[in-house]
Amino acid sequence: MRLTINGKSETVDVEDDMPLLWVLRDELDIKGVKYGCGIAQCGACTVHIDGVAVRSCAIRASDVEGEITTIEGLGNPDALHIVQKAWIDHQVAQCGYCQSGQIMSAAALLDQNANPSDEEIDNYMSANLCRCGTYPRIREAIKDAASKLSAGAA
Amino acid sequence: MSKLKTITRRTFLIGSTAIAGGVAFGAYMYKRDPLNPLTANLKEGEAAITPYVKIDASGITLITPRTDLGQGTYSMQAMLIAEELDVELDQIKVDPGMPDPAYYNTALSDEGAPFRPTDDSFAAESTRSFVDAAMKFLGLQITGGSTSVPDSYEKLRQAGAVARETLKAAASQQSGVSIDRLKTEKGMVQLPDGASLSYVELAPIAATIEPIKDIELRSPNQWRLIGKKVLRHDIIAKSTGTLPYGIDFEAEGMVYAAVKINPRQGGAMNSYDATEAEKMRGVQKIIPLKNGIAVIADNTWRAFKAANAVTFDWGQAPYPAEMDAHWQTLSDSFTPDLQDSRTRDDGEIDNVFAEGPPDFEADYRAPYVAHQPLEPLSAIAKITDERADIWTGTQIPGFVRSNVAKATGLTEEQVFVHVLYVGGSFGHRLEDDVVKQAVEIAKSIKGTPIKLTYSREEDFAHDYPRQIAMARAKGKVKNGKVDSFDLSIAMPSVIASQMGRQNFPVPGPDPAILAGAWEQPYAIPNYRTTGYRAPELAPISSWRSVGASSNGFFHDCALDELIHAAGADPLEERIRLMWHEPSRKVLEAVGEMSNWGSDLGENRGRGVAFCLSFGTAVAEVIEVTNTENGIKIDNVYVAAEVGKVIDPINFDNLVKGGVIWGLGHAMNCQITYADGMAQQSNFHDHEGMRLYQCPNIEVRALENGVKVRGIGEPPVPPAAPALANAIFAATGKRIREMPFNKHIDFV
Repeated sequence: MRLTINGKSETVDVEDDMPLLWVLRDELDIKGVKYGCGIAQCGACTVHIDGVAVRSCAIRASDVEGEITTIEGLGNPDALHIVQKAWIDHQVAQCGYCQSGQIMSAAALLDQNANPSDEEIDNYMSANLCRCGTYPRIREAIKDAASKLSAGAA
Repeated sequence: MSKLKTITRRTFLIGSTAIAGGVAFGAYMYKRDPLNPLTANLKEGEAAITPYVKIDASGITLITPRTDLGQGTYSMQAMLIAEELDVELDQIKVDPGMPDPAYYNTALSDEGAPFRPTDDSFAAESTRSFVDAAMKFLGLQITGGSTSVPDSYEKLRQAGAVARETLKAAASQQSGVSIDRLKTEKGMVQLPDGASLSYVELAPIAATIEPIKDIELRSPNQWRLIGKKVLRHDIIAKSTGTLPYGIDFEAEGMVYAAVKINPRQGGAMNSYDATEAEKMRGVQKIIPLKNGIAVIADNTWRAFKAANAVTFDWGQAPYPAEMDAHWQTLSDSFTPDLQDSRTRDDGEIDNVFAEGPPDFEADYRAPYVAHQPLEPLSAIAKITDERADIWTGTQIPGFVRSNVAKATGLTEEQVFVHVLYVGGSFGHRLEDDVVKQAVEIAKSIKGTPIKLTYSREEDFAHDYPRQIAMARAKGKVKNGKVDSFDLSIAMPSVIASQMGRQNFPVPGPDPAILAGAWEQPYAIPNYRTTGYRAPELAPISSWRSVGASSNGFFHDCALDELIHAAGADPLEERIRLMWHEPSRKVLEAVGEMSNWGSDLGENRGRGVAFCLSFGTAVAEVIEVTNTENGIKIDNVYVAAEVGKVIDPINFDNLVKGGVIWGLGHAMNCQITYADGMAQQSNFHDHEGMRLYQCPNIEVRALENGVKVRGIGEPPVPPAAPALANAIFAATGKRIREMPFNKHIDFV
């Protein structure tokens, strides 16, 4: 099957029921996407498909229609996405394992809604679990990124 | 040259790479020190003879042997060394190094000494030094017990200072300028004429010089890094998905593995049928292991899928199959023959209760809880006839090395444990079953590296949870004051269960049974704590804050009820009873932060709790609202006494994370057993806290204490009782059992 990932076309030979997560991690060596639960409960595997946040552990690669973006495609240390920049400024990460997924969710949220309310942030981001408890900083970083987005847009 | 060669040869002690044209400070002095307990109490400066700084042509590497579990300890350790070494944090690499007895953890043993952490008497201190010497002798390199800061605070600054002074001596030799005219900055020795020599170019000369041990540590007002907000060294990588964790590691030619082990922990495998699984795509081999099987495949998911296709006949659990029997065992354990310790017995408790019935009496329960860090357990193993390489995230690299040596028949010197970045632990990686299994699998295909990854379900099924515990409390009040408090706690021994799996017997009472209760610095006239060691039940392990995670809840909820019975104010009475000044100050701080006593309005309540654990005093005030949809936690105010904050951002993050950990599990989580198996299998039924439940949290650090303390665990114990006490204030309902959602709804 053919997949478009981070702007690049990839061909993989896998079973129809292999979740996208494992195609990314084990077949294509894209390791920023994390395995956490396998049942769409933790959000560590969040990627974008045509800009929408999707749990890659719970979608079959063969069902994907659209362009896949992973954390590696969102930005990199030399060219940070505005959400990644906010995550660094607020030093959100502890163990950091969930943060790829948190950042992908936050980026998708801000893409849909550039100025989310506290409640909208809480609801949207509750799909992503953090066991270290970085939630207060996640809230701050999202608000910071949102204000920078609106300043940039103004 | 001969001396350089000697140093190079001995640098195996700190790493797998020999240093060409470089220097590893102090490594060669190692033999004289940790092996002889009589030299344990070294004179000032001498303790700096430690293998923490390595300089070679590729640059400066700081060895940070305490594993970074997410708590930021690599950054913290690097800051301490860099402070004295005069290097910037962006100039250095950090490396956990290879396990070595030189990296023993002495602070870990302080919890085991029979003196309260608030006791700084000569007897207490000299006993601690004696136990420290024993720890040094055993060479236990463990990350845990909130010890990384107290263990490193002096040692790593001394290591940095010795390296700096030795580099200055090298520069003096090179330039002919006397040492006292040399200065150091940003990885360079500055000469009076404005020229400079880099540490890297000086390293080969420094390697020929006896390390300068006569050093003086800088006073805090000279610090550039310690106590300042710095960018954590891994923060960019962790914000861009570019940091490789253990689970991400790939070795050349690697294959993937999954296991299925009897979900009745420790139960046998009677038989299995892998016929269907063996036919599945990508499956290379299915082999029996102790109590289960392993699948070797060409992809993690295929290995998981095939493991799920194997059918089993599992043996029975070696502990009671149903939960009721676990609680019954605890309830039956409050007997004289099971008494483990009575480490506090002030006043005349027996006489007080002989005079009349208690004013308050209650039982409390704390369930099993799982660790479940977000990164599932994994280990990569490659075994040949000559060596074993293990890549994994672990808190116990020394145990891992000796266990791998035993399992392979290799010597410890032939075993290389590469400690990788860890996606959380909370005590989970104090166990090494995953490594033992990876080694068995790798032995079946020698020469090929295998990566064993646990599925989340396998990880849940084999998580050794937090101890189950029960408490009985009673007390009396007099003239509106707390007069008598008698607390009895029963639990199985965490230390016996955990260290038993390492064949490492720990004699005597288990300090965890009363941790977080016996050492609370309250001057209650009649005050007794008694620990009962329940028979072993399900296997258990250290869970963030260990004994204090249940006992802080028991002690402080019972105290709150007693204060209520006295008709006193919960905060004021605690402050009145508190004899230990630094602890009293944390209570006063949360009073001020929360504006204690002010009117919160209808349906709202405020609760306070305090717990001294791991030597760190923490107080928390929680404000809740009783809404139509359940309890909503609005605000948490936390003050913690740590002596000195090394890394303020990490400190703030760890306190907030500890509060969330404590609250989320107290509200929502338990592990229960049915038919001998844990009934919770993934985050849908054991989720901790999600963002929508997270309160606003305000943190204050206090630095009044004499000693420098850790902060990874101490914010956890007061969280549950502060919430229970706040719920009482808002609703009039006392909750005496975790998880609270069995008794009340949360928003």
